[in-house]
Amino acid sequence: MTKQEIREAVLDILSDIAPDEDLSELKDDVSFREQMELDSMDFLDIVMELRRRYKVNIPEEEYTALGSMSSTVEYLAPKMAEL
Amino acid sequence: MLDRIVITGVGLTAPNGNNLAEFRQALLEGRGGIQNYEIRYFGKTHAGICDYVATKYQTKKEIRRGTRAGSIAIYCSHEAVNDAGIDWENVDKDRVGVYIGITEHGNVETENEVYNISQYGYDTSVWTHHHNPRTVANNPAGEVTLNMKISGPHYTIGAACAAGNASLIQGAQMLQLGECDLALAGGVSESIHTFGIFAAFHNQGALASNEDPLKASRPLDKNRNGIVISEGGCMYTLERLPDALARGAKIYGEIVGHCNNSDATDFVLPNPERQAQCVQKALASAGLKPQDINIVNLHATGTHSGDAQECAGLRKVFVDCPNTYFNATKGFIGHAMGAAGALELAGNLPAFEDGLCHACLNIDELDEECALPNLVIDAPRPIGDVKYILNTSFGMLGINSVVIVKKYEE
Repeated sequence: MTKQEIREAVLDILSDIAPDEDLSELKDDVSFREQMELDSMDFLDIVMELRRRYKVNIPEEEYTALGSMSSTVEYLAPKMAEL
Repeated sequence: MLDRIVITGVGLTAPNGNNLAEFRQALLEGRGGIQNYEIRYFGKTHAGICDYVATKYQTKKEIRRGTRAGSIAIYCSHEAVNDAGIDWENVDKDRVGVYIGITEHGNVETENEVYNISQYGYDTSVWTHHHNPRTVANNPAGEVTLNMKISGPHYTIGAACAAGNASLIQGAQMLQLGECDLALAGGVSESIHTFGIFAAFHNQGALASNEDPLKASRPLDKNRNGIVISEGGCMYTLERLPDALARGAKIYGEIVGHCNNSDATDFVLPNPERQAQCVQKALASAGLKPQDINIVNLHATGTHSGDAQECAGLRKVFVDCPNTYFNATKGFIGHAMGAAGALELAGNLPAFEDGLCHACLNIDELDEECALPNLVIDAPRPIGDVKYILNTSFGMLGINSVVIVKKYEE
């Protein structure tokens, strides 16, 4: 998957997790939490959906990589490149 | 002397109405709400399905995170508070208690999750972290407190199909003990979303089927063939009488008598003697005679032996009661499980105002074994001034619960 495709995939997951949010103007370099109402259970949902949909396993110590869209895409790019 | 406890608000969702006015209208007009339904693994059956608008009081995220039972409880609780005319913004939320009757909880969520992991080779690493908060037994009541920012006590009352009445009793007692100043009490059911309950009733020979879904639930009819399972909910605001009077509340009625007891005889088979004792004890707690009761709402689920035994028990209690009328609600809405008692009481409460005993539905040929004097079979009956309603609910493991509500008088 290209970085753009990964971004779309993450956006798709976010829209399921936060169905009340308007994600059309999400800023990639600003943390999710500053733009959306996301708590720890929501972050676990992101991890879970990546596992379910793409078989990507993210170790707990690396959860901090999922802070913003750009950091998430950067982190996932090598893991999802072959998908 | 215990405080007098009154009902000041009603919020409900049933397969044939999303508030008391709609529900009552449907009961008076003979409109049922049973539909054809299909559920995973079990296949085609019938069910009572609610169409309340969940987003009226919940965000989409809350709905996704929570349970159907929680959503129903939230809808009904808001509706009850609104109906009661309570100035919610200025209520001390620390003094509100939430007591919700459930027949079962957690089956729906567990079945869904087992199904989900079955799509991943039963890999438990994709089992949702939402499982525990969804399945803890206090879930529906807890969701109400989260949504409405209530910081007083909350829990569910697990009481099988007697749960709706049992939670009303609980709410009234907590007010009398001073544990809260406003009780949100009632019952909810999400049971139509678990295939297990359908399969189990079917395999027990107790699940109804009919070519016409509207005819499937037919308690007391000779050709009844079992239960139709429904979802639904009904929540009441209960207050101590002086508090209700102080704020000029509309008073639906006063809870003047009640009883919970146990058969102690069988896992599933009812015990008419114990049911009758439950009614008698409730009458005694209110200082009433059977002759004082104007409307008795039957539990009558539509099973062959259950209905007959229940009626046999009640016939022995209500002897020479010319002013006592009987009705049953499940022909309209099916069996709303934990919500049944609370919903069925609500359906009769307007009788204090309009003097009408709503009829049963789908009794085309009354089973002689279910004959009761003054059973209102096919059309609402004007019965004059209604002073007392007695509501019965009975459940598995032999749990019986009876509530008596009196028309409010100073």
